[in-house]
Amino acid sequence: MSVAATHTRPTLAVWKFASCDGCQLSLLDCEEELLALAEAVHIAHFTEMTRTSVSGPYDVSLVEGSITTPEDAERIKEIRANSRRLVAIGACATAGGIQGLRNFAASGDYAGTVYAHPQYLSTLDTSTPISEHVTVDFELHGCPIDKGQLLEVLLASLAGRRPVITGHSLCQECKSRDTVCLLVTGEGACLGPVTRAGCGALCPSVGRACFGCFGPSDTANTASLAARLANDGATELQISRLFRTFNANAPAFLAESRAHESTEVAVHFSASRIVRRP
Amino acid sequence: MVETTDNSAVLALRPGDVVVLSRDGLDALISALREADYDVTGPTVRNAAIVLGPVSSTSDLPVGYRDEQSAGRYRVVKEDDERCFQWAVGPGSWKGEFFPSKQEQWRAVRSGETYTFVEPRFESPSLAIFGARPCEVAAIGVLDKVLSQGTYGDARYVSRRRDLFVVVAECGAPASTCFCTSMGTGPGASDGFDLSLSEISDAGGHRFVVRVGSERGGAILSTVARERASSEDLVARERLLEDAETTMSRRMPSGIAAVLAHSQESPRWSEIAERCLSCANCTLVCPTCFCSDVHDVTDLSGAVIRERTWSSCFDLEHSYLHGGSVRASGGSRYRQWMTHKLSTWWDQFDASGCVGCGRCIAWCPVGIDITEEAALFEQDAQLPEPEASAR
Ligand code: SF4
Ligand code: SF4
Ligand code: SF4
Ligand code: SF4
Repeated sequence: MSVAATHTRPTLAVWKFASCDGCQLSLLDCEEELLALAEAVHIAHFTEMTRTSVSGPYDVSLVEGSITTPEDAERIKEIRANSRRLVAIGACATAGGIQGLRNFAASGDYAGTVYAHPQYLSTLDTSTPISEHVTVDFELHGCPIDKGQLLEVLLASLAGRRPVITGHSLCQECKSRDTVCLLVTGEGACLGPVTRAGCGALCPSVGRACFGCFGPSDTANTASLAARLANDGATELQISRLFRTFNANAPAFLAESRAHESTEVAVHFSASRIVRRP
Repeated sequence: MVETTDNSAVLALRPGDVVVLSRDGLDALISALREADYDVTGPTVRNAAIVLGPVSSTSDLPVGYRDEQSAGRYRVVKEDDERCFQWAVGPGSWKGEFFPSKQEQWRAVRSGETYTFVEPRFESPSLAIFGARPCEVAAIGVLDKVLSQGTYGDARYVSRRRDLFVVVAECGAPASTCFCTSMGTGPGASDGFDLSLSEISDAGGHRFVVRVGSERGGAILSTVARERASSEDLVARERLLEDAETTMSRRMPSGIAAVLAHSQESPRWSEIAERCLSCANCTLVCPTCFCSDVHDVTDLSGAVIRERTWSSCFDLEHSYLHGGSVRASGGSRYRQWMTHKLSTWWDQFDASGCVGCGRCIAWCPVGIDITEEAALFEQDAQLPEPEASAR
């Protein structure tokens, strides 16, 4: 008998790896739909909501966070084995997240800066997305994810259809809501043309240039955008940094930040070390 | 208050009549349209750009603003100027009024085991577009061919378009990105309007030469205080349009449709693709691009909602067939856009898909210029055929 048939409703589990919890909290943010959703699915494991945990297998697992420790590299395999569908949610789970900046530094560099006794830590040298460890059925991007998109993935799962989630540029969302382009009017160095849509052009709509938290779009031509930004006066360091944030390890952004990497970037890293007070 | 000196004060104005309005007269015209229950929409300044929005008086218009546009760049500048129309076109086109970026087509509501289909009703007040440019009116004519003529009209488009009242503002200040002259769509308006304004500011003062284009245009203008147009006014209008034509530096080569039809294998497409971001801005600001995507979503009540959203040939999903996208390369996507606008549109709709508004040039984040690329393709076509090369 199938897993689903043993329950009347499909089961949902939410898992956390190296992350800030912001993405899984998006589920609780679905305030208007939450009660109806809780009737449609059986929330079997979600520690931000309840300490009760029902053992698997699960119909859908939402996985937040990146893999940064040897234990987590094992734990994700168990979760995969226990989940019919596995959806990676957020920049950490899909690209290694902001903690993926460790991938650019020497082993232990950040740990030594932040922790008084780094010898008690047991971590991997890298922060990697879930898809580098197990098969992922769907990736939901963003830092944090968009709650509308989260709901869409769950609704699609329930109905057995493909989620209506695109990989095109953020610019399409600006134009669809009549937001005036910040790049063309000179109001900001916007990453929208190479960033995946999904947030509804949240930042540009309030006059803030997109900083790429949804990661590269399907067709990201980062080199051409970088050339435009340089033409507007951005320095190599600024361009490198622009591509090196939440999705620093997403392949298109990684290649672009590397292309503009200068010795300055490395120098900056050591200069920015936090000085610990006794 | 301007005295009505025109004899036609007793008789309604007729198509072909020309009168002169002061700015107060223009305000009275806006009020008359609003009293006739039109939703008056026109240009207004918001977020560092001239965009479209509700207009209730001339003070909502971009009074004293001009725009500076070039490839990948747009700025508005405020000057000490009484004129309302000293700018070219903004990023928004009227396309969105008839063809919104997202629209529900129908929904199937579930009760038990049965579904009831519900279609949205498209009922909205009649729309008056105030201060549309001649190229934009031409663009609406192009959209008509696509969305309302032919066997299957688009219900929402047809309902919003049906009673459209058009007040065109002829162009006195084209941007460097404009090339309507070579597309035959401006800077003067020849048809497709109810009223046509030409704004004059000279020794004779600040005024609007207004030409009547339809019976109802004449009827509404008849309710407004106006003066008969003098021969000086008519000459001033001619000069306005001549000056506009002289300042327009961009042009589209006249034989571009045939040139592109024979350029499908040009290496230029992949050269352009190195710059093109496939961001789709050009297609979404274009007043005639009509591509859309239709998908079904579900909600927690079990309803199925079919919605239509804007789409673009720069979108991978747009050419997605089983197994992948047909237009997987950036070059093939740019080729689709440019060839459709300037060449295959003729085959499909017996018209150009481009009216020369220049929006795609200004709002392209990397400043790819359709006229510049067209000139290069034309140049290539004039060169002797290269020796058959290994393809
Ligand atoms: S503001 Fe940014 S995201 Fe929006 S259209 Fe401009 S470049 Fe694209
Ligand atoms: S192709 Fe460009 S210039 Fe031509 S109508 Fe469209 S946006 Fe305007
Ligand atoms: S140019 Fe592209 S987006 Fe525009 S109508 Fe043609 S296929 Fe559609
Ligand atoms: S031509 Fe310009 S606006 Fe159009 S898709 Fe390419 S980069 Fe974007």
